[in-house]
Amino acid sequence: MTDERLKKTSALRKAMIRPELGALAGVVLVFAFFLIVAGDSGMFAADGIMNWGIVSAQFAIIAVGACLLMIAGEFDLSVGSMIGFAGIIIAILSVQLGWPMWLSIIAAFVVCMSIGALNGILVIKTGLPSFIVTLAFLYILRGMTIFLAVATTRQTIIGGVRDASEGDWIAFIFGGVILKPVFQFLADIGLIDTYVRGTKIGQPVVEGLPMLMVWAIGLIVFGHWLLSRTRFGNWIFASGGDPVAARYVGVPVNRVKITMFVFSAFCATVLATSQVMEFGSAAADRGILKEFEAIICVVIGGALLTGGYGSVVGAALGALIFGVVQQGLFFSGAESSLFRVFLGTILILAVVLNTYIRRMITGER
Amino acid sequence: MTQDTRFHHGHATSRQPLLEMTDIEKHFGPVIALAGVSFDIHPGECHCLLGDNGAGKSTFIKTMAGVHKPTHGSIRFEGKEMKFESPRDAMEAGIATVYQDLAMIPLMSVTRNFWMGREPERGRGIFKSMDFKHANEITMEEMRKMGINLRGPDQAVGTLSGGERQTVAIARAVYFGAKVLILDEPTSALGVRQTAKVLATIDKVRSQGIGVVFITHNVRHSMAVGDRFTVLNRGKTLGTAVRDEITAGELQDLMAGGQELVELEGSLGGTV
Repeated sequence: MTDERLKKTSALRKAMIRPELGALAGVVLVFAFFLIVAGDSGMFAADGIMNWGIVSAQFAIIAVGACLLMIAGEFDLSVGSMIGFAGIIIAILSVQLGWPMWLSIIAAFVVCMSIGALNGILVIKTGLPSFIVTLAFLYILRGMTIFLAVATTRQTIIGGVRDASEGDWIAFIFGGVILKPVFQFLADIGLIDTYVRGTKIGQPVVEGLPMLMVWAIGLIVFGHWLLSRTRFGNWIFASGGDPVAARYVGVPVNRVKITMFVFSAFCATVLATSQVMEFGSAAADRGILKEFEAIICVVIGGALLTGGYGSVVGAALGALIFGVVQQGLFFSGAESSLFRVFLGTILILAVVLNTYIRRMITGER
Repeated sequence: MTQDTRFHHGHATSRQPLLEMTDIEKHFGPVIALAGVSFDIHPGECHCLLGDNGAGKSTFIKTMAGVHKPTHGSIRFEGKEMKFESPRDAMEAGIATVYQDLAMIPLMSVTRNFWMGREPERGRGIFKSMDFKHANEITMEEMRKMGINLRGPDQAVGTLSGGERQTVAIARAVYFGAKVLILDEPTSALGVRQTAKVLATIDKVRSQGIGVVFITHNVRHSMAVGDRFTVLNRGKTLGTAVRDEITAGELQDLMAGGQELVELEGSLGGTV
């Protein structure tokens, strides 16, 4: 039966309750803004696009992990520290101990994902908020990272990773560049600029598609599919929406949450490995504040801090906004510290908008 | 009390009980929450479990639903002795529980709620995904059967009224083959019309041969649909009465343990 007291919902209102909408509007705004302000600065030439694309991809990789975890009702504040930790582990094992690169990378994944599982188990077993448990690991992992680096090399930066990764195919999966012929072709037909002098003369300014971006796209597609199309995705929503109700109908809430902590650690390690391969070194201070940036991406993407609602596509759009703004300020010659001001402002706006949308969905007043 | 006559009432007492709980005791440390409660439910009847706050209703239904293990006493389901280790065990046997406020997750769609924990899948291996087409169709159809017309299967449960949420939860339990349906205070937070809707749903479910355990502290609601009535007071049963052999007033007195309410009623003019 229709209820005569219900107003007709407009198409706009219907679209409004999609979690990604705010982020999509943000993307449009941000692109419009920088096209006007920095359109002629090279920001939207091939190398400029690659520049903010890579930064966005970095944000996206950790945002996907943070997004699924937040929808499952938990936070992971140890992501940033884990990025530094994973990098140092790879460098110490490969450069200092002489392990093959592929084994060092696998070892880093095993160690970090185990710590992710430990995070999850502690949260479940103690019943403490994940905020506290993972805050502890933010400090523990950062401390361990610096300690391990200094204890083995007397430095906080370990170089020489590039030589150690020469010819290693797992290293290529994280640090390689693909589709080089395609980019050369694009350069030949004039769509991408080429170097006009130096040793690389005639080669495109953008060599190819970095694996970091492939990972970002792959994780976004996987995360979106998992969350919106699978049984496990339904369990993620249920675990964050109301763990008790979910448990009563047989959803393995604990398993879901712990798996998501492991996945978040996995994403952090992917980013860490890619960075180590790209820079050819690991630094103990890498990843600082990344946990918060990931969370902000997710919130801009429309997820609720309380769990149970959100979207991977939204989080990815949030990451895109970040990448474009951070690099766009650089291209437009603005003071780069303003980026943090922007972060804080947009965070508040996003949370206000999300709270409003949540009221629309649940019909609260 | 016009609702009384609107519902047909089950006459199933001659058959073997679906679920029989005998002399159930439950102790939490030094606290004796249940001190020997016996209760049974037949197919196609609505057995009301009444009691004031703290009478042990919650503990008792949680024992029935497999959340608590009884300290003493036996649970027989379809004639077989059962030991439920978890709510999952009870659910698989065919005992479904709809909790008052934990029935649904408001931010999720009706379909996602309906199939929560039992999502249909298609495809194989790592490409297995949730079969939304099938899930949506079934959800819409089951909702129609219960008299709820959804705008669409992706409508959030938060937009439904309290009574509709209870109905979705009941429809879900019935669809997944519940033989015994435990309803924990389904009407206590609802207005008059919403309550009538839920009571009508109970009647519909009962006519399908499902045994309904209706927990309430509202005598009027229980009289509207109940076939039998069991009153719990301070962890004990004060006996089971059959419909037409007991009045609302007598039930009310039993719930309050007799005495106090009589005095109260005097001062309130019989309005309680």
